[in-house]
Amino acid sequence: MLISFYILAALAVGGALSVVLFRSPVYCALSLVATFLCLAGIYVLLNSEFVAAIQVLIYAGAIMVLFLFVIMLLNLRSDKPLRHSWTWPKLLGIGFAVAIIFQLIGIFHSPAARMGPAGKYSTEYLQQKGAVEVVGEVLFTEYVLPFEIISILLMVAVVGAVILAKRREPASTEQTP
Amino acid sequence: MSPGFTQTDFLSIMPEMLIFGMGLVVLLFDLFGQGRSTRNLAYLTLLTLGAAGYLDVMLLGQFLPGFGGSVIADDFSIAFELVFLVVCALTVLISIRYLEDRGLNHGEYYALLLFATGGMMVMASGRDLLMIFIGLEILSISSYILCGFLQQDRRSNESALKYFLLGAFATGFLLYGIMLIYGATGSIALQDIRAALADPATFQNPYIWMGLGMLLVGWSFKIALVPFHMWTPDVYEGAPTAVTAFLSTGPKAACFAALVRILFEALAATRAEWQQVFWVLAALTMTVGNVLALHQDNIKRMLAYSSISHAGYILVALVAGGEEALAGVIFYALAYTLMNTGAFAVLILSSAGDRERVNFSDYAGFGYLEPALGAAMFVFMLSLAGIPLTAGFAGKFQIFKAVVGQGYIWLAVIGVLNSVVSIYYYLRISVVMYMQPATGDSISTRPPGSVPLYVAIVGSLAGVLYLGIFPGGWLEMSLHSVSRIITGG
Repeated sequence: MLISFYILAALAVGGALSVVLFRSPVYCALSLVATFLCLAGIYVLLNSEFVAAIQVLIYAGAIMVLFLFVIMLLNLRSDKPLRHSWTWPKLLGIGFAVAIIFQLIGIFHSPAARMGPAGKYSTEYLQQKGAVEVVGEVLFTEYVLPFEIISILLMVAVVGAVILAKRREPASTEQTP
Repeated sequence: MSPGFTQTDFLSIMPEMLIFGMGLVVLLFDLFGQGRSTRNLAYLTLLTLGAAGYLDVMLLGQFLPGFGGSVIADDFSIAFELVFLVVCALTVLISIRYLEDRGLNHGEYYALLLFATGGMMVMASGRDLLMIFIGLEILSISSYILCGFLQQDRRSNESALKYFLLGAFATGFLLYGIMLIYGATGSIALQDIRAALADPATFQNPYIWMGLGMLLVGWSFKIALVPFHMWTPDVYEGAPTAVTAFLSTGPKAACFAALVRILFEALAATRAEWQQVFWVLAALTMTVGNVLALHQDNIKRMLAYSSISHAGYILVALVAGGEEALAGVIFYALAYTLMNTGAFAVLILSSAGDRERVNFSDYAGFGYLEPALGAAMFVFMLSLAGIPLTAGFAGKFQIFKAVVGQGYIWLAVIGVLNSVVSIYYYLRISVVMYMQPATGDSISTRPPGSVPLYVAIVGSLAGVLYLGIFPGGWLEMSLHSVSRIITGG
């Protein structure tokens, strides 16, 4: 169990790094798929097959297809690759990043670090009631308000995408150039 | 929790529901009213804001936790919601003419403003980290789009993209912080986090501290505190002027509302630590914002830097943290909204017609060409500088009095010195207006049809003077509304 977690985690981090480091946007997008799939695997290890399935369907499936479409449509390949140079802000950033990584390692190893109290959704509970039922129940009772308000968030994003992308004919008050 | 909802649940989110619902209605009207003027939509938006304000006033004095305690309608949220409604109403008033001049007859603009306002209201009334986060995201996404509303303008596009990228980055920090705090306490509800922190084992948990750090970074980005302010001038300069007025007032006030709730309701136990962080951030923010504002030739950019330093003044109140200081946060949020939006309204009115007039040199002789507008601008600048008998003074006085009362003498000294420095650049525009001769390039004529702009200017002017001369009423309400936050009840 632990070994499979470490393998998946390492692959996920590797995928995430290659998203940042690859030059070609298509490779970046494909590395992101790998990261998403590893995360789905970790969800399975945590006994939440439902979330894993959703992760694959929505992130690795729908969203990544969209990403790839956009990349193909924009034809980013013709762009010159970004030049890498060692400026002092970059070095400073790397220094801070390393410092934060060491701090994180220190925190996770500190004896005082512990997780909060476990909730009632134990593995047995999930297996007994079924993960989908539990998620559905919580989503439509305890978290129904956030659930509904997120629909406003999506609405705003859709309207925004249309506003920013739509090619507008000049309005009537403006003289045509 | 039982699946049934009570009346209290719905009462507690009435104003938010109204705003979101009417946002959708505005979108629909825009769809079916193609080609017609969007003025009617603007008036519909104003009507909605008025109705929501009425609902808020009706809810005043209540204490209504709804939906399992994830939202609450208490005086604190209502006081902030009233501020947001004023922000949005003023923004609508100053946008009408601005959009018409640029041929942007798009009703989506007003719908987005309503959604952003609804998001801010959710942030102020959210009582768990999830609600606050969703409110923030609704606000942020609407703001990104509003920044890029001038499609043909490269600077507007740059502004939207920059805001989006850095905002998304900040959101990442915020989420990490929420995750770590959730992991350590097992809850996202502010009250439960407070209860969990009473246990010394949880209190010493390093996850809490890591989470607190991440939260502070995330919020500092959103409020544009130095050193997380780099995006502000470019975003504010590129955005449509009316949107800049909105961004520099509303979202900041909303972030402060959420921050006060999180820090004082949930993380009150860690106060000694974040106080120190904020002490440094407040001193830096006030000083750097002011020093950078000194050198600007573009008034929009100057006001962007000045908004950074004003966020610093409000942060001073968070350091002090008593009832009086937190009342100062609410008081200052309204005062800053009025004086800042008023200044932007004058900018927009004098830019109406042909081109943007946002440089200091454009205003040479303005005080004689347009005596009334010049005088209004002068009052707004006095208020921003914090001269007595204006709202800005009353707000600063309230905050610095509270800070000195809590023994943070040095912070108060830094704040007052900064106020003095800021007089230079605020009054510089008055010097240009009154003491330099008008050039051929100066503003001489104004196009007709800008009644809403005049309403905005007169309204903010009246508000600035009223709050400056009779600060009592709003201050009392602010004091009243923060009392429960402090005691954590």
